[in-house]
Amino acid sequence: MCVLGKKDSFMISRRDFLQVSMAASAMYGASGFGNWARLAAQQALTQDQLLEFDTFGNVSLIHVTDIHAQLKPIYFREPEINIGVGANKGQVPHVTGADFRKLYGIADGSPSAYALTYNDFAALAQGYGRVGGLDRVATVINAIRAARPDALLLDGGDTWHGSMTCYKTAGQDMVNVMNALKPDAMTFHWEFTLGSERVQEIVEGLPFAALGQNIFDAEWDEPAELFKPYKFFERGGVKIAVIGQAFPYMPIANPGWMFPEYSFGIRDENMQAMVDEVRAAGAELVVCLSHNGFDVDKKMASQVSGIDVILSGHTHDALPEPVLVGTTHIIASGSNGKFVSRVDLDVRDGRMMGLRHKLIPIFSDVIAPDAEIAALIDQQRAPYADELAEVIGQTDSLLYRRGNFNGSWDDLICDALMSEREADIAMSPGVRWGTSILPGQDITREDIFNVTSMTYPNAYRSEMTGEFIKVILEDVGDNIFNPDPYYQQGGDMVRVGGLGYRIDITKPQGERISDMTLLKTGEAIDPAKSYVVSGWASVNEGTEGPAIWDVVENHIRKQGTVTVAPNTSVQVIGA
Amino acid sequence: MEFSRRDTLAMGLGAAALTVLPMRVFASATEDAIAAFTGGADMADEGVTLTAPEIAENGNTVPIEVSAPGASAIMVLAAGNPTPPVATFNFGPLAASQSASTRIRLAGTQDVVAIAKLADGSFARATSTVKVTIGGCGG
Repeated sequence: MCVLGKKDSFMISRRDFLQVSMAASAMYGASGFGNWARLAAQQALTQDQLLEFDTFGNVSLIHVTDIHAQLKPIYFREPEINIGVGANKGQVPHVTGADFRKLYGIADGSPSAYALTYNDFAALAQGYGRVGGLDRVATVINAIRAARPDALLLDGGDTWHGSMTCYKTAGQDMVNVMNALKPDAMTFHWEFTLGSERVQEIVEGLPFAALGQNIFDAEWDEPAELFKPYKFFERGGVKIAVIGQAFPYMPIANPGWMFPEYSFGIRDENMQAMVDEVRAAGAELVVCLSHNGFDVDKKMASQVSGIDVILSGHTHDALPEPVLVGTTHIIASGSNGKFVSRVDLDVRDGRMMGLRHKLIPIFSDVIAPDAEIAALIDQQRAPYADELAEVIGQTDSLLYRRGNFNGSWDDLICDALMSEREADIAMSPGVRWGTSILPGQDITREDIFNVTSMTYPNAYRSEMTGEFIKVILEDVGDNIFNPDPYYQQGGDMVRVGGLGYRIDITKPQGERISDMTLLKTGEAIDPAKSYVVSGWASVNEGTEGPAIWDVVENHIRKQGTVTVAPNTSVQVIGA
Repeated sequence: MEFSRRDTLAMGLGAAALTVLPMRVFASATEDAIAAFTGGADMADEGVTLTAPEIAENGNTVPIEVSAPGASAIMVLAAGNPTPPVATFNFGPLAASQSASTRIRLAGTQDVVAIAKLADGSFARATSTVKVTIGGCGG
């Protein structure tokens, strides 16, 4: 891919490459390679350092979000391309790589550089190891609770989705492990793709609050009975209201036919009504547990007055500092169990007087696993252990997904679709979940599920006209690059295989996409001509075809070792 | 063909709605309807509240709500529909509140407009863009 007009984005510049080499040599030290280097990198970090925090004020919040069912430590590469539009152009979280490190004073090659930026990912991952694992997250939560026993643990959702065991148990593995962590409240997104019946079954048994002020009954357009808009907590002598905000565009971005009883939307007028209601009832601190996505949360903070803290999820951004909009602090805590945010607050005389925050990266080789949760995780996985561990192939390339236009995992998935389903063009959804694999690693069945697992996995094969393919690209493009965040759905651009195009993100819908090219012939896409397209994750009911994980598994098996060439087929203008 | 024929047709129709409809043609019909309602009077930006989703979950049935304290009538238009006028709500002097909600059908992404005739005989206007999309991929 080539992003025109953005210095830091096409491949690795010579300057970046030099820095990468230096970082690598510093890390590997005199011994050259092997375990010594890995140990050296880890010895520079301790659990105490990661957990270090001067307890502050009288209230602590612990935020986890977008875990996507990752019970075990994983690799997760942050995006290289994350373009902001309108007022958010160049604003966090739309800052990546060297610009991000400069903004937050992060040294190249440091643990924070590895955790928060994409550069030199494979080499740094060799040194610093995997991240996440809910047994490590448990250790961090326990440490915070040791300092502040009544800390609130809040889960921003996208918890019961994203792995093979979660798929096979319809979310039960995650419910069992999360319940053991004892959250106080949760909100939702992908959970609804388990189907409304299953969601109801789980939610009715949850030992904590299931919140969403914007979860409505679709028929009557009234608040849904199963979910409460907010819950009061009394902590440290403070009356706290936690208001839930579920993902607003569930029936649009995901198959609405799976949960037809529910309607969502941003509903900021109702959010304001809820804030006013809890304030009138004596709330001294108002926290919004949100699955809006970061830019939507920023706009909501400017529209709704009286929210002290928004714990932001959905767009998978990890920010080392809160972003302040008016008097509302917005906290972004990453994804896949890679981070836990701790937010300490000083609330006195009925109002918030101060805030201290730390984004804690979960380095899995540094933070000791909690034995009880580790055993519980293994118990969930045991029935599937052999299936999960089966090696399907190897990779020579770094496989990752995050980025606005493409990732090497999606390039591989699109290749699999075109090859296995004999298609001219492939489409892969621009979701932001999906873990990374390092060059030289085995690809297991679990790894394939980690980038494909969902309840509507059918890989369709269909004919589409050139005109319709353009409509799809324009439509998805507007869901990302509409300058008003309230019209964005928070995913990335649909990934395409076999097709090249140019996108001018500054143009309105209908005018962004041009120069569509069928790569196998080099010919321009003809609007009137039909092309065979294969894709997956269609939101349409009755979509037929094999599960995407089987398509990808078959393709990788045939390849043995996969190599993914850099994708240069999308040209981006106006970034 | 793994898409069912029905799905393919539905997607095709969605595409047509998004690309082919000549929205601009309907603009004059909207302005004509507004002029007939207001008699060409100026309209204030304050005084009427229109609540509509930013993105429709289903373009065939989009819930909207209008309210204008003290108003005697509120007209609702879907500026991009082939027939823009949707409804005019009239409130008698004994009405407890001057608000109404209904569901409207939208042919594609467009502005929904509410014009209220206020108690003093002046007019107020509110506009909200509702996006109708073929759906995408969530984070």
